[in-house]
Amino acid sequence: MNDDLRSAIESVFKQESGKIIAGLIRVSGSFDLAEEALQDAFAAALIHWQQSGIPEKPAAWITSAAHRKLVDYTRRARTRLDKEDALAYETETSIAPEDPFTGPEAMNFPDDRLRLIFTCCHPAFNAEAQVALTLRTLGGLTTLEIERAFLIPEPTLAQRLVRAKAKIQQARIPYEIPPPRSLPERLTSVQKTIYLIFNEGYAATAGDSLIRRELCAEAIRLGRTLCELMRSEPENVGLLALMLLHDSRRDARVNPQGELVTLEEQDRLLWNREQIVEGLLLVEQALRMRRPGPYQLQSAIAALHSQAEKAEDTDWRQIAALYERLLAMQPSTVIALNHAVAVAMGEDLEKGLTLINRLGESASLDSYYLYHAARADILRRLRRPAEAAEAYKRALSLTANAVERRYLRRRLTAGE
Amino acid sequence: MNDLEFPMRYMMLIYSRESTEPLTADEDRQIREGHRVVMEEAARRGILHGCDPLAPTALATTVRSENGKVTITDGPFAETKEQLAGYYILDCKDLDEALEWASKIPTGCAGQSGCVEVRPFRNTAPPGQDRGSTSGQP
Repeated sequence: MNDDLRSAIESVFKQESGKIIAGLIRVSGSFDLAEEALQDAFAAALIHWQQSGIPEKPAAWITSAAHRKLVDYTRRARTRLDKEDALAYETETSIAPEDPFTGPEAMNFPDDRLRLIFTCCHPAFNAEAQVALTLRTLGGLTTLEIERAFLIPEPTLAQRLVRAKAKIQQARIPYEIPPPRSLPERLTSVQKTIYLIFNEGYAATAGDSLIRRELCAEAIRLGRTLCELMRSEPENVGLLALMLLHDSRRDARVNPQGELVTLEEQDRLLWNREQIVEGLLLVEQALRMRRPGPYQLQSAIAALHSQAEKAEDTDWRQIAALYERLLAMQPSTVIALNHAVAVAMGEDLEKGLTLINRLGESASLDSYYLYHAARADILRRLRRPAEAAEAYKRALSLTANAVERRYLRRRLTAGE
Repeated sequence: MNDLEFPMRYMMLIYSRESTEPLTADEDRQIREGHRVVMEEAARRGILHGCDPLAPTALATTVRSENGKVTITDGPFAETKEQLAGYYILDCKDLDEALEWASKIPTGCAGQSGCVEVRPFRNTAPPGQDRGSTSGQP
């Protein structure tokens, strides 16, 4: 296969397969048939394009080919059923592409992709199934890439997908955009799945870093799609902004030795300006809609970090205020911990430490490494090295992550 | 007419351990035969008000409404503190419609709020076939 051909096929697969498969599922009513048709269409492209060159609109070519495959399957099934003298098979009447006026454009409705997103992130699936289905059908990742990104063996992933698809079919999970009354909750489920995919790629855990980068890019692409399809939802915009702003720091987060670099110590010249500019615009755009939500607040916090040219310029007071609003909206000990750190940095170290200590008393944070790491950090700033060392040691004992361990050990030896 | 003067209506709930191994043809035949005997006898006496096999718990979805907030989760009801208190059998267009009904069903009859497990009957939507319902036979 020559390089042009390979890149043409890869680009259609990465950019367009979600769109194409969404239409195929609507027409066939089956995830399996849709996937089969798409695969067959790509296989056909490989042969045809090699002989007669890459068509002018490769995605349209694949779309038409895949829809024709669906018609073929139905005919074949119909012939088989006729032979068996079975009851009338109705699927064919719902398949449109025999109409010569139905071009590939008419086969892809934006609504199809929205339907697909909502079906893949249906709350009747657990988070693992939601992620697997979303990445497999909407994303441009191959099964192999998903396996490598999540470090799960092939049979496990395959089984998850088979089970999820069986549930769609047999419990009859609809391929619909939810009605207004259930939309807010269903949308939350979609946003959560996309953010989960992003975090899996962003977390500094083990695994192939290139694949992890891809995973973040994929989540951002899905976030963009969601924004395109539902423009007036400020939380969609907030989520996209949040992911862009976090991802903009990717190159600065880990040094050449593979060590985690804290926000404070990062070389801000390594931050991706383009992503920051876009992220900041999106934060503003979302906040102008005046319906704040957790993703918007988090993106506003990320924006404040992005706007500080030097770590010392960070507007910690405003960050603390935003965490306070976030805490009111979404009470969680992790957010409370972040709030306490922002108070320590913006107002008063002692006050922050008091907040953190109080959290440690009331919540089950003792086995949470970030709690000890944050506490250690404040103690270090307060120039209480013995207590800081104690807390760093406790944090060290609680994380197995090599990157995090290296960071903590470095802090520990620096203080001694 | 049934042959009891003052009948009480009882729900018989079949609890079975799920296995990944499919039944052998022989086991399957035995079980069907067992059900056939019970159903025929109960029907003959006029006391049968319905019986159906359910799909496995992999197809279950659980709906919990608390303080007006509906939470939907994958899988069967798993708490042992909550006890089965009743049932509904409803024909719905799809899972979403079923979940909406489930969220309207009160669960507080035994004292405290609980949840509703939604599971399709077995064989109502054979894969790849049109979605008309066929009556499930145990």
